[in-house]
Amino acid sequence: MNQPGRPAHTAGANPVAIANGRDSAEEPLIFEQGQEQRCGVDLPALPAYQQRLAGLRRQGKIGLPGLSEPQVVRHYTRLSQKNFSIDGNFYPLGSCTMKHNPRLNEKLARLQGFADLHPMQPIVTVQGALELIDQLAYWLKTLTGMPAVAMSQAAGAQGEFCGMAVIKAALAARGETRTKVLAPESAHGTNPATAAALGFVVESIPANAQGRVDLEVFKAKLGPDVAAIMLTNPNTCGLFERDMLEIAQAIHAAGAYFYCDGANFNAIVGRVRPADLGVDAMHINLHKTFSTPHGGGGPGSGPVVLSAELARFAPLPYVIRDETGFKLVEHGKDAPDSIGRLKGFHGQMGMFIRALAYMLSHGADGLWQVSGDAVLNANYILASLKDVMTASFEGPVMHEALFDDRFLKDTGVTTLDLAKALLDEGIHPMTMYFPLVVHGAMLIEPTETESRETLDTFIATMRRLAEHARSGDVEWFQQAPRHTPLRRLDETLAARHPVLRWTAP
Amino acid sequence: MLMRYLPLTDADRHLMLERIVVETVEDLFVDVPVSARLPGPLPTLPGHLAEFEVERIIGGLAAKNLTAATCPAFLGAGAYRHHVPASVDQLLLRGEFLTSYTPYQPEVSQGTLQSLFEFQTQVALLTGMEVANASMYDGASACVEAVMMANRITRRGKAIVSGGLHPHYRELVETMARSTGFVAQALPPGASLHETLVEHIDGETSCVVVQNPDFFGRLHDYTELAEACHAQGVLLVVAVTEVVSLGLIKSPGEMGADIVAAEGQGIGNALGFGGPHVGLFACKEKYLRQMPGRLCGQTVDAEGRRGYVLTLSTREQHIRREKATSNICTNSGLCALAFTIHLSLLGEVGLARLAELNHALATKFADMIAQIPGCRVRNDSFFNEFTVELPFPAAVLVEKMLAVPILAGVPVSRFYPDEPELENLLLVAVTELNTIQEMAAFVQGLREKL
Repeated sequence: MNQPGRPAHTAGANPVAIANGRDSAEEPLIFEQGQEQRCGVDLPALPAYQQRLAGLRRQGKIGLPGLSEPQVVRHYTRLSQKNFSIDGNFYPLGSCTMKHNPRLNEKLARLQGFADLHPMQPIVTVQGALELIDQLAYWLKTLTGMPAVAMSQAAGAQGEFCGMAVIKAALAARGETRTKVLAPESAHGTNPATAAALGFVVESIPANAQGRVDLEVFKAKLGPDVAAIMLTNPNTCGLFERDMLEIAQAIHAAGAYFYCDGANFNAIVGRVRPADLGVDAMHINLHKTFSTPHGGGGPGSGPVVLSAELARFAPLPYVIRDETGFKLVEHGKDAPDSIGRLKGFHGQMGMFIRALAYMLSHGADGLWQVSGDAVLNANYILASLKDVMTASFEGPVMHEALFDDRFLKDTGVTTLDLAKALLDEGIHPMTMYFPLVVHGAMLIEPTETESRETLDTFIATMRRLAEHARSGDVEWFQQAPRHTPLRRLDETLAARHPVLRWTAP
Repeated sequence: MLMRYLPLTDADRHLMLERIVVETVEDLFVDVPVSARLPGPLPTLPGHLAEFEVERIIGGLAAKNLTAATCPAFLGAGAYRHHVPASVDQLLLRGEFLTSYTPYQPEVSQGTLQSLFEFQTQVALLTGMEVANASMYDGASACVEAVMMANRITRRGKAIVSGGLHPHYRELVETMARSTGFVAQALPPGASLHETLVEHIDGETSCVVVQNPDFFGRLHDYTELAEACHAQGVLLVVAVTEVVSLGLIKSPGEMGADIVAAEGQGIGNALGFGGPHVGLFACKEKYLRQMPGRLCGQTVDAEGRRGYVLTLSTREQHIRREKATSNICTNSGLCALAFTIHLSLLGEVGLARLAELNHALATKFADMIAQIPGCRVRNDSFFNEFTVELPFPAAVLVEKMLAVPILAGVPVSRFYPDEPELENLLLVAVTELNTIQEMAAFVQGLREKL
């Protein structure tokens, strides 16, 4: 989740920077440490040969620096030390599900039987891979209660695109053109962006005083021009949409479809099946609920579960099984209703392996405990902080707790300042300024893989910071962070004068 | 219940429920309609397993696959088996890289941000372009995003797609065209000549999409095509599916490309049955604000020290919502890091040598195959992959060669099942990992099967 930037203080505003163990030494770019003749890879000698390059051999130099292996290893090790991570820090980033990433999953994804597997090998030689995809599909279908799943999408946003394109195709197959998509104002930005990309007009539904879809407004917007509602459930306020069944019934009665954003599936995994809530299509972020690592921004994986009615429009390719084994349906002639291909090759296999390892490790009983503990941890934080911070809505919450900045009123301290102060405590901030439905939002998602001791430390820290904010020490907050590798960065400068690459001096 | 990833004990849970003032965890799910609450763990799924039990199951699935690790393999067609130095993966497994989120808190994300800045610089240099973004899902998605960007820039809605573009890339463009409402005019497979492409340009054309080396392995100089496009206000999009080729071949930028969409898998990333890979996306600086995806930029911190942040995010969905340039949120961060580390190890000299070694070995292989009666190498030019014409369907040969076992290549018919004239064509690729002995085994196998 992102937050709006804020101009950093000018250099020298705080001359007494506290070094306190932080590694503030600048690590030069590889381009500043290389010498062209160095190389970190040894290769065998070239055989004598005759070029067949049609005269297109590169003439000039590329401009890449040369470094030996020890230099490269030290450089990236030192860079890594400038990062916060789940491994090193409590990371309660709301709506991102920053849970522990089991190392078993990494080990299994690297098995030669998968890592060295080419996507275009003969089908008989990749039966284990197809079986794994099929098994994962079984888990996803069973956990959601849905009859079909499209596996190939590269991330949540592509999953959304898949789901909404499928809905558009289903409407077209009925001979209908519907132009409107409804989305709550608390929706992730990808929802309206996806709907707009598909040519839909997006209509926002306001939240009611309980942080949920305003049912009356929603019903008033229904009509023959509405194609679908895109609803995140649990929503981005961390609340379960109580009226889910009524929403589903109304949307279906209007001839439209129910798209669910499954980004927050972790709250209900193993306990509630979206099929039982009337959902027609829903993407699942394997990198959230099923712990495939976030990797500093990707890769992700976004399978989409589909109702029986929508299944025939699913994208290519997909795995089927017959008496001779597993097969891949790769061509439109074998799937005439398919929306077509959304991804090169067959999807994010490396993520599939990790997600299946996660599911097998937990089992049905473990997943039941996952959602239970995730919800318990969030409610524990809510209960422990609601007297010193302002909770936006009445609980109980699901897997994340939403606070706003009313408790900072008249202190001069902002949500951003508070977040930056947390960095000095070795804690990654919560999601800030999202969702947009409350002022100065702070969305805290602890996940189930944090111990009570960690939560207690966090709670004590938050209480201390909240009290400190109310003491009127604005400057202290505005100067934070002090102990991080760098202090506040000037985002305005970066946007006003974009420098997006190194250039030789 | 004891479960290795879950730290809460029953004593913890009891204490926490007391603070929340509810009796049970189930009480926290009161907002879920009763009819949708499951009574307990799903009986149709198994229970939890020990680490070694999971290893046994998934290891068993891995063992059912035949891979290039255990037999000679000559497959390419958009995914290439190159050697990845051991240090690359060791660094990727550092938890600070592996388990961090998108670097939205720059004070504690300089590791990710600086490596993205290095990545963007490497991609710009390699493609010969001015700017690059922080990666896309893969080459195919980069290609379709390039087309949609060209549509936005030119305010036109027709893309002309070369018959030399990878079929999956073409299919993605076609899917997007159908779903979002623009025209994709795809030429027949193989049709990639300058004249053929130019004659389809009209006033509605936003871009021409070509590939180098093309899907059949042929090399092209697109300089004249770029000029012809620009004369009519059309952008040239160049796709590259084998990124190592850029170490030896004139870059798309030098040929006048406006946008380059490449697959970066060949540097730093395993085949992995096709994903996750990493899309490279580069363009001319004047189109910067129409770019999709994340961008990392240089700035200073409060003490004036150099640092990096994600920037120009007003293009992106989390700020612009329905007016964003793209719905993309997640990128391919860790795969981009693998690319950057491997390319740092290679450097100028290493990449050039690696690329030349690939080409040299491929010429040896082409010469060996050309001597077999009945077989014909169709390419006059190539990098490390070329098309062989056989006297019978290529899929048949591939199946027969499995008996050796050899993974003989990719039959063009796998992508084009309904084109009889392509049925006998086999794509074969060679990398630094293929030995002369493997090539000899291929040739011997081929002679026996003919």
